[in-house]
Amino acid sequence: MKRKFALFLALCLVCAVLGGCGGGSKRGGAEGSNGLDDERKANNEIVVAIPQDLADSLDPHGSMSAGTREILFNIYEGLVKTGPDGELIPAVAESYRISEDGLTYTFKLRENVKFHNGAKVSAEDVIYSLQRCINNAGNMGDSALVSALSAIRYDELVAGEDNTVSFRIDKPNPELIYFLTVAVVPADYDSLDTAPCGTGPFRFVSRSPQESIVLERFDDYWGERAALDRVTLRVYTDPTALVLALKAGSVDLCPHLTAAQTAQLGTAYTILEDTMNLVQAVYLNHNMAPLDNETVRQAMCYAINRQEIMDMVADGHGVAVGSSIYPKLTRFFLPELVDRYPYNVEKAKELLAQAGYPDGFDLAIAVVSSYQPHMDTAEVVVEQLRAIGINASVQPMDSATWLNDVYVGRSFQATITGVDAKNVTARAMLERFVSDNGKNFINYSNPEYDALYAQAMAAVNEAEQTELYQKMETILCDTAANLYIQDLADLVAIRGDLTGLRFYPVYVLDLQTVHYE
Amino acid sequence: MRYTAKKLAMMLLTMVIVSFLAFLAFQIIPGDPTVRLLGTDATAESVALLRAELGLDRPFFVRYAAWMQGALQGDFGRSYSYAMPVSELLAGKIGITALLTAVSFLLIVTISLPAGILLCVREHPRLDRAADAVNQLIMAIPPFFTGILMTLVFGLMLRWFVPGSFVSPSEDFWRSAAYLVFPALAIALPRIAMTVKMLRASVRGELTKDYVRTAYSRGNSRWQALCHHVLRNAVVPTVAFLAMTAADLVAGSVVIEQVFSVPGLGRLLLTSIANRDFPVVQAIVVILALWVVLVNGAADLLNQRLDPRLRLS
Repeated sequence: MKRKFALFLALCLVCAVLGGCGGGSKRGGAEGSNGLDDERKANNEIVVAIPQDLADSLDPHGSMSAGTREILFNIYEGLVKTGPDGELIPAVAESYRISEDGLTYTFKLRENVKFHNGAKVSAEDVIYSLQRCINNAGNMGDSALVSALSAIRYDELVAGEDNTVSFRIDKPNPELIYFLTVAVVPADYDSLDTAPCGTGPFRFVSRSPQESIVLERFDDYWGERAALDRVTLRVYTDPTALVLALKAGSVDLCPHLTAAQTAQLGTAYTILEDTMNLVQAVYLNHNMAPLDNETVRQAMCYAINRQEIMDMVADGHGVAVGSSIYPKLTRFFLPELVDRYPYNVEKAKELLAQAGYPDGFDLAIAVVSSYQPHMDTAEVVVEQLRAIGINASVQPMDSATWLNDVYVGRSFQATITGVDAKNVTARAMLERFVSDNGKNFINYSNPEYDALYAQAMAAVNEAEQTELYQKMETILCDTAANLYIQDLADLVAIRGDLTGLRFYPVYVLDLQTVHYE
Repeated sequence: MRYTAKKLAMMLLTMVIVSFLAFLAFQIIPGDPTVRLLGTDATAESVALLRAELGLDRPFFVRYAAWMQGALQGDFGRSYSYAMPVSELLAGKIGITALLTAVSFLLIVTISLPAGILLCVREHPRLDRAADAVNQLIMAIPPFFTGILMTLVFGLMLRWFVPGSFVSPSEDFWRSAAYLVFPALAIALPRIAMTVKMLRASVRGELTKDYVRTAYSRGNSRWQALCHHVLRNAVVPTVAFLAMTAADLVAGSVVIEQVFSVPGLGRLLLTSIANRDFPVVQAIVVILALWVVLVNGAADLLNQRLDPRLRLS
């Protein structure tokens, strides 16, 4: 009997070992000493980990999440595109000229720019793209894009000889050029929402939902060709699974990690630090008493200790902000606003009493539960507010509920979230606080602010416009529109022998210059 | 014949009720796909426009009827998130989850049945107590924790597989199956423990009965009595239990798929619920209901073959 039992156990063990070994030997490829796959290096390809699937239609003129947009940056380009320092560089257009009075724009298209399907880019494609974009944007309610692009007189949009496109607008708009980063797409192409076709350095190969997206280098790119042959963007939704995959060397590049995750990685990866180009703040609903009282808001600003938040949530990583412009928007950012309300508990209590709330009040802070940095920040903020007598509490909810109830429905008291911009204009960040703007989820209403905005829209040159935007930025800070905290740190883990990643002042992941050493 | 017809009718009714409940559930939870699709571009007007475009402003029963009509013809609609037909979206995922479930079930059956029987062959009080303790331990540890532990031990320390390097079965079937052994084991372990416990209790119960004494008196050894007489009786409740387990394996795979980064139905289901992607969720719910009904039907048939008392004349 014992012999049979022993025999059975031995059989089980042998099966397990064989099964394990079978899996191991079929892994394929040699392993470097740090576990990272040398086979991928030999094939000049990388695996990038992304935390959310691109669960959107891939149509570049449609609405999409920031995560989708950052990847499509590699596939699509506009007449111009954003460069790493925030300045515009010519893309599909080789050069452009704006007339003295700011009313006529002429773009000379490049001779050698092609779409991924091999067709040459013509002026008709450009005209088609602009008109398509404005139709879609209208449905999406992207008022900034709509109003900028609607200023173009489309009936006068002409394709000139020698490959130029020119148009006129009614009033000068120094910002219009920044909106011409919208994607140029082929005029006769139907499947934009599932099979992207653009002019960028990478072309779309395939997508397997929830699994991966595959991009390959576009060899007929007009500019400097991408260094890598192939990029596989793999979806890792579970943070633990992501860390395990990193430790096993399955992933070569992983952006948007938290400090806690990077601390677990070994020396095989270099950790690069950048910012996420957003403004994280406790956004306050100005329609809810007592948050409509400016003194109350200012008291709360004095109670927030930003350095403590950054230390506790992200090991000190992050850059403090004082208004709704993040530091990398260098043309507009005013550093003096950052410390307008230095941490001072006594002053906070004094102001609160002065406003008529010596015993504080209740405050519910809505936060998306799946986004850990905001949840962690909320916990620290709650403690800081409790110190001045405000009975704050965190109200976690899932992101669909948050979008529905808080962002669109505006039924909340306070919420912690990060607001970013789609392009490098101040308008993208500041426009929403105009009192009748559709995205004014905090119900901010300030006639002086509205007047300045109207003036900015009518401004004829960039210097004048910048000054007006800076005044608006200052008003937001002075009236304590929100409890501003920081621009979150963006930690990127990149394998030791990969280099060339460039950071931008907008939320993009530029893979063009990434290469093996 | 009437029996099969009745069974079939019950199956269809179950699926209809389940799909209706799923549809109803989405009416109750806040949020709809339009807000997520528009994201921070959402304003009250654009949301209303998109809702009208997607047909979400029609009354509940109209929408349900439209879905039902499509489903009966095999058209489950288009995913709001991925802008592709749901059937195309699910085609790949079903294979992966099916493979994971199959490997889990295989592990459960091949490990728990022999283990359960062998532990009953002789009375070893200490071994029994030890086995009980181990069983309790395995049942108590949550599967996702087991999954993480296994990834750590087998993936990072022993390097028997590379975590995060899932390959789909259509690309390379055996490599896929080899990778899936570990998540399958993580799912299977607590269920193996439960099955062993069930089987042992059942066998022990049978061993006290009179016919076993008769078998011994006729010269059967304990081993022979077990195999030829007791097993057929003891295995009946276990088969019912295994059927429940098979049905519930898909639920177990949902968590494990997250931990091992396996892009199967479970993960798609969770993401689609979060994204309020109704067509995908409806389709998956119907598939899961179908799976449970089929498995229970198969278990019934199997039990009837094993135990004549259960057969209908």
